[in-house]
Amino acid sequence: MSILLSEDSTFIVQGITGREAVNLTRECLDYGSRIVGGVTPGRRGREVHGVPVFDTVQQAVEHHGGPIDGSVITVPPAFTKDAIFEAIENGIELIVVVTERIPRRDVAEAVELAGERGARIIGPNCLGLIVPGVCKMGGIGGPAKDAAKAYNPGKIGVMSRSGGMTTEISSTLTAAGLGVSTAVSIGGDAIIGSTYAELMPMFEQDPETEAIVIYTEPGGRMEAELVDWQRETKSKLPIVAFMAGKFMDDEEMQGMSFGHAGTIVEGEEDSATQKIARLQEAGIPVVERIDEIPERVKEQLG
Amino acid sequence: MPCDLAPASLPPPMRFYEYESRRIVERAGIPVTDYGFAETADEARAAAGRIGGPTVIKSQVLTGGRMKAGGVKFADTPDEAAQHAEEILKLEIGGHMPAGVLVDPKAEVEQEYYAAVLWDGRAKRPMMLFSDMGGIDIEEVAEQHPDHVGRGHLSNLQPIPDFRAKEVVAAAGGLTGRELTRATPILARLAQLQRDYDMTLAEINPVARLADGSFVALDAHMEMEDEAVGRHKNMLSEIGVELEEPRETYEPSEFERNVKAIDEADHRGVIQGKDHGFDGDLGLVIGAGGGSLTLTDAIRSQGGRPANYAEIGGNPSVAKSKGLAMEVLKKDGVEKIAVMMSIVSNTRVDIVARGVIAACLELGKDPAETIAVFRIPGAWEEEGAKILGKYGIEFRDRGTSMWEAAGEAVEKVQGGG
Amino acid sequence: MSSAAGTFIEVVVEDSVAGDAELARKLEEVCPVDIFEATDSGVEVVAGNVDECVLCELCLDAAPDGAVVIKKLYDGTELRR
Repeated sequence: MSILLSEDSTFIVQGITGREAVNLTRECLDYGSRIVGGVTPGRRGREVHGVPVFDTVQQAVEHHGGPIDGSVITVPPAFTKDAIFEAIENGIELIVVVTERIPRRDVAEAVELAGERGARIIGPNCLGLIVPGVCKMGGIGGPAKDAAKAYNPGKIGVMSRSGGMTTEISSTLTAAGLGVSTAVSIGGDAIIGSTYAELMPMFEQDPETEAIVIYTEPGGRMEAELVDWQRETKSKLPIVAFMAGKFMDDEEMQGMSFGHAGTIVEGEEDSATQKIARLQEAGIPVVERIDEIPERVKEQLG
Repeated sequence: MPCDLAPASLPPPMRFYEYESRRIVERAGIPVTDYGFAETADEARAAAGRIGGPTVIKSQVLTGGRMKAGGVKFADTPDEAAQHAEEILKLEIGGHMPAGVLVDPKAEVEQEYYAAVLWDGRAKRPMMLFSDMGGIDIEEVAEQHPDHVGRGHLSNLQPIPDFRAKEVVAAAGGLTGRELTRATPILARLAQLQRDYDMTLAEINPVARLADGSFVALDAHMEMEDEAVGRHKNMLSEIGVELEEPRETYEPSEFERNVKAIDEADHRGVIQGKDHGFDGDLGLVIGAGGGSLTLTDAIRSQGGRPANYAEIGGNPSVAKSKGLAMEVLKKDGVEKIAVMMSIVSNTRVDIVARGVIAACLELGKDPAETIAVFRIPGAWEEEGAKILGKYGIEFRDRGTSMWEAAGEAVEKVQGGG
Repeated sequence: MSSAAGTFIEVVVEDSVAGDAELARKLEEVCPVDIFEATDSGVEVVAGNVDECVLCELCLDAAPDGAVVIKKLYDGTELRR
């Protein structure tokens, strides 16, 4: 089993004729994903690796003859918000936003609309998600043969703010024989569609997932949110965390200041060290090395 | 200085001088004093003359602590204003020369308030803040007098309603009467401004009630999200902001400038290099975002001293990888570089291998001696291994963990071997 | 014969086709890293770009068999049709 995706999941690629999109379309098809259409305004009638291209999402849905489950969006930042709105308003419920450098306000608007329509956004600034051996949605893991090397089906759910580290961690879990149930590159921006805490209920429901590994960085308060979620739900799903960027705590490294008004809105901005303490206090072990993850997960599984 | 809550690896927001922030709030329909901006002593004299009465002359620098540094002075006459301006314009504060001085009437303030609108990342919505205890550190007020801070979220999709601003003002110590009715539109307009111009922070501290009962924004602080600067060019040029002029928190080093130039000259892939705060002997050619953070920690935790920080991503060209490696190798005290990444799926191992070897050769260095470790598993790794083999460099694939690779690099630099 | 060698890659265009203006244009178009330039006298291999070769083989597909050869100087093998 898995979260968010299954072998029957269908999706489209918005911006399919772009260079990166052409690559990820090839990779996903090779991996077994069902891409039922692509959208690039003005390019209707073309094909990308055999996938028909349309001008609008509406045309893609009509051509498919029924609801489409998902969309991978990889269009320039200035057009991304509209593309997300277009997907949502055409009944698409899972939207992976690959595009980087989208202003926060655009993301916040899209996330609010998604909430109203019952859709879910992953990203932006992410590589998507993968259910090993079944399908992948986005560039995660790279070409099918590379993805196969790093991702074996298994029982660990992975969530990571870094796309590349999603694969590094999953590869470690694969090498240790644990494998991965679903890995989600959640994106590195200040506001993202789905945080750790927002994806946890799904992992919790998934009978296949026995433990979670998260990769995190300085900035934001997503770990605090995760700890709160765990406390509120009394979830027993074990979590192991890795925190990168500890060097940024050093005084001489600090190019940016935290605190003040932001602090009173969201609570104190955690440094890396504070985040580690917060997670550990909640019973979430934080490993110092990626290569310690499998062992620590096994300990948690008992 | 307030805050940006963005993750560490994202660019900081664009900062504004006080006089620019003043212009931004003025444009948004928020009342301000009859201020003037001056770049010379004569201009300051003229501004003070126009204002009439006592004035305050404030240095315009993108850093805090100007009061302590002598960057704020009071004047009773236009001549005195000119004299202060002359001194302040020459005064360096925290390594920054002022862009000019703000000449403000010395206001008869009866009461100070605090108003701000900023992102609540957890709620994914903007939040309005208002307090009747302005002019001081809002964090302190929130801690010691929580009932004097009103707050309220805004929808991202709905128009900004005045009543929401009113609710926030009313919640700040129970404000009512003229205070409530005057402050409400200021907060509502501030919220509109925050939305319209993608401000990560829109703050007025203080909003002041003057002796004549009028309300003005006395000191405004704005920060615009870097990603959004491009879509506000018109507004920025209207308030006189030069987009080319750098607004870094510190002066970029030669290394940082050179790496930036190499990155901008070639659209294939992205390289970033920083050495602010780094002064070690181990050069880093590392990627991508998360991999760079992880590897830098792994080096330092094992006693290594990085000479720089770097991020490589998006499959850069050979020339670009070479350019970064050369800049790292040209740094004082750097004899060896560690070339390491988390598993790559887009950036190609063979292309990076060519780039770093070419850098060594061009600088007349033996690649096998200079490259302390090469650990990049992933796309085109077989081809990469062949290239490295030819130059006597051992290729480390995913069988060597990031921690182990970092440790090996540290050992090679410190062992001198 | 038009050819150029970098540190890692050598690109060779055989004499028989080096003056072919049509082929020159085609090679210039297909190469993602600008290794081929169509000139008045036919194909020119741009020495400064050969090390950027990404081994995509699009030039081999565009040219008659054997007309273009990509030599990998680091392992002595070559790509040709």
